[in-house]
Amino acid sequence: MGDNGSVWLPDAMSTLAGEVDALFWFVFWASTIIFAMVIVAKVYFMVKFRRTDETYVPEPVEESKVLEAVWIVLPTILTLIVFTWGFEVFVKLNTAPPDSYEISVRAQQWSWEFQYQEGAVSYTEMYVPVGRPVKLVMNSSDVLHSFFVPDFRIKHDVIPNRYTSVWFEATQAGEYDIYCTEYCGTQHSGMMAKVVAVPQDEFNKWIAEQSQDLPPAELGLQVYAQCQACHSVDGSAGIGPTLAGLYGTTRPLADGSTVVADEDYLLESIVNPMAKIAEGYQPVMPAMFSSTLSPKQLDGLVAYIKTLE
Amino acid sequence: MSHSANGMVNYLNHDKGIKSWLFTLDHKRIGIMYLVAVSLAFLAGGILALLVRIELLAPGETIMSADAYNQSFTLHAVLMIFAFIIPAIPAVMGNFALPIQLGAKDVAFPRLNLASFYIYLIGAAIAMSALIVGRIDGGWTFYTPYSTSIGDGILFVTAGVFVMGFSSILTGLNFIVTVHKMRAPGLTWNRLPLFIWSIYATSIVQVLATPVIGITVLLLFLEKAFQIGIFDPALGGDPVLFQHFFWFYSHPAVYIMILPAFGVVSDLMGTFSRHQVSGYKFVALSSVAIAFLGFLVWGHHMFVSGQSAVSSVVFSLITYLIGIPTGVKVINWVQTMYKGSVQFKSPMLYAIMFLFTFSIGGFTGIMLGVLAIDIHLHDTYFVVAHFHYVMMGGNVIAALGGLHYWWPKMTGKLYNETQAKIAAFLVFFGFNLTFFPQFIMGAQGMPRRYYDYLPQYEGYHQLSTYGSWVLGVGLFLIAYYLLVSVFKGKKAGLNPWGALTLEWTHTTTPPDHHNFLETPVVTRGAYDFHLARHLFEHGGEVTELEGMGDGASTLPETPATEDATV
Ligand code: HEC
Ligand code: HEM
Ligand SMILES: [Cu+2]
Ligand SMILES: [Cu+2]
Repeated sequence: MGDNGSVWLPDAMSTLAGEVDALFWFVFWASTIIFAMVIVAKVYFMVKFRRTDETYVPEPVEESKVLEAVWIVLPTILTLIVFTWGFEVFVKLNTAPPDSYEISVRAQQWSWEFQYQEGAVSYTEMYVPVGRPVKLVMNSSDVLHSFFVPDFRIKHDVIPNRYTSVWFEATQAGEYDIYCTEYCGTQHSGMMAKVVAVPQDEFNKWIAEQSQDLPPAELGLQVYAQCQACHSVDGSAGIGPTLAGLYGTTRPLADGSTVVADEDYLLESIVNPMAKIAEGYQPVMPAMFSSTLSPKQLDGLVAYIKTLE
Repeated sequence: MSHSANGMVNYLNHDKGIKSWLFTLDHKRIGIMYLVAVSLAFLAGGILALLVRIELLAPGETIMSADAYNQSFTLHAVLMIFAFIIPAIPAVMGNFALPIQLGAKDVAFPRLNLASFYIYLIGAAIAMSALIVGRIDGGWTFYTPYSTSIGDGILFVTAGVFVMGFSSILTGLNFIVTVHKMRAPGLTWNRLPLFIWSIYATSIVQVLATPVIGITVLLLFLEKAFQIGIFDPALGGDPVLFQHFFWFYSHPAVYIMILPAFGVVSDLMGTFSRHQVSGYKFVALSSVAIAFLGFLVWGHHMFVSGQSAVSSVVFSLITYLIGIPTGVKVINWVQTMYKGSVQFKSPMLYAIMFLFTFSIGGFTGIMLGVLAIDIHLHDTYFVVAHFHYVMMGGNVIAALGGLHYWWPKMTGKLYNETQAKIAAFLVFFGFNLTFFPQFIMGAQGMPRRYYDYLPQYEGYHQLSTYGSWVLGVGLFLIAYYLLVSVFKGKKAGLNPWGALTLEWTHTTTPPDHHNFLETPVVTRGAYDFHLARHLFEHGGEVTELEGMGDGASTLPETPATEDATV
């Protein structure tokens, strides 16, 4: 909970979040009041008409047609109000302003990749300018995922072979959690990232920096976001072995042989993971990196792994 | 004939030995066998739920790995939905009580009835073994392409679900024919207990909806076997298509889960208020209407999934139109107590609990139906809380009420009422403590199907887990005193609740193997207590049968017009 969140809702940090919340509160209070009325009536009847005389058989009550009509007409009116209102906000949530800044989002088990028009790419953090509508054009490389930012009240499924989109305009600088909300396998709950909203000039600076050449190990660190679901860098084993201290050691393989983890072995392990299987692990490392990563990124990864101790 | 039922021959003791059970054609015995089977499913599903909740006590790994967690909640859900909740009320209480309430000797097709029990067992076995052997994860919705990417196990699971569904088709057909053809003389549609109306409506949905899951299995199979692109985008198929198929079956299935609960609650509210159920005709007919309209709203599960905006709008609107009659029913049940004579025995406590928990489930359903709000709440814990309030707070609570209500008739024994009241309180408190915090964390953004979570949600998760322990204690207490009652319970009287339906007024406790000696004649509606004053002259517990079904009612032929029941 931050400055404008509440017990029920997280901070409202996009231009439309407030509108969604107003609707939420309207339905919330209308429901709470009607619910309270029903419960009060229920408890009152329970007390007032409780059985005191075991032989008493009450007469049936005449049902009032007026009351019945009220029960039907009132909720119908209320729900129609809520429906139309919900529809209006829904349309706004679905129509990105024409001048939106576009970012391509690619989801894969279990990481997000953000590609900017200027050519920069980022992984664990999606930089966006504050006060400018941003439209995400999303696609998945494998199964269904869903892109959710609670603070912006936006969510949309990310589907293979089809582009879906979602838009928002951040109102304040800050960092906001991104979750995957469509089940996508073992590390579904680890498929998180952050929106980093910064003022436009800072954003421009960041984009410029990204597009310059990074030192290989730093580029590798960025790309590592795609590996962290399975490989730790702190020595703990996950789905795959830790990358810490890997470089230069002698690795026992599943077929009983051993290999020295030099640059060639590291590169081979990434582009052709089935070639040599590390002992004690399942051969589940995806084979796609040879096609999804550029030679520069691969070099970066190797350089980065070499720096880990 | 002795009314004390002492030493009398009844359906439980007229024939002995395990074979006399396994090959029985008696609807009452089949009901009891279903009771054992679904209780085991509930036990297994419940233990998995407790494990899942313990895992969520703290972020990171608590007691199991991510894969084990993902498989556990999937198995929990499949057990609860397909093996427990769908057959629970119709197959257990429907089988036991529906033919007697109709004044019939048995269902229309007793052999088919036994067959559907075994088909259910086979289906459950197929689905469970496929889930465990195939290590299926990802929840009971099995969305492609994930579900097909993890192997062929999904084919067997859906096949198992279809086989179980086939069992409910047969049960449904059987009940529909029984209701149409086997009502006792005088038992007009307007006099039917609402329990019958609701099982009748449920049966229609079962017969119409279940074939869709069969078609889905077939398509999945064709795709796997011949590489025809249907659902798999890699083959040029449409991944969202599967969701349409899935919800076209599963949304109506939601009504299969909830309509029977409406029936039980109506019977309980009427009997324990000793009063006509308010809006009888409305409750009866709207159930049937919902059974049909329920086929038109599947898309409300797919607002964020990439279906067209126009469809979303249409689905949202129809969802509301169905929601309204349901709300009116809750008001009807509350009204039933008005100027009634309300008694708080344990079955009634569950009916009253139902009004509370089910209403919360309903109102939060309205919130989820609002397009713009659903975008935020979809696939968060808010949804998890909502459907537990509907399924557990609706169906399971009603089923517990029904079980406590019919238990004396089924077993001939009374359970300990004090323990029953304590358990009811524990269930109510534990249930709300488990699931209410989930509304808040869901609205705060906590996604569902998450093995791990960010620290800001920890407090809510802890409350929820503690709640599950209280709930668990309550449920185990129920199992305990019910089992004890079978061996040590006091003998139950003929009609301990003073109910007016035929299983209470015209059969011994437990009922005779043939239910009635002769077909009973019905002279009043199921809740016309004012036409049965003579039964209550000596107090609340009715200790005399109105007739053993020799056709001679003790009632004077009141010119009970049709509208006397409404
Ligand atoms: C789905 C989980 C998964 C992902 C994602 C993944 N790996 Fe792996 N990786 C494994 C597993 C399991 C092994 C061990 C089996 C094997 O050798 O193929 C492994 C092995 C390796 C090895 C050899 C390690 C050793 O101890 O011999 C390297 C190097 C490696 N991965 C690098 C990467 C890099 C770099 C990435 C990201 C671009 C990555 N992996 C992404 C699962 C994964
Ligand atoms: C004993 C009390 C229960 C507890 C503590 C419990 C707990 C849970 C938990 C923790 C989840 C996982 C939520 C997620 O991560 O998405 C879950 C899911 C689920 N539960 Fe329960 N549950 C209980 C009873 C029931 C009952 C009675 C039913 C149905 C009759 C049921 C049906 C489901 C379904 C359908 C899911 C969804 C799984 C999925 O996402 O596919 N639960 N439950
Ligand atoms: Cu995902
Ligand atoms: Cu996911």
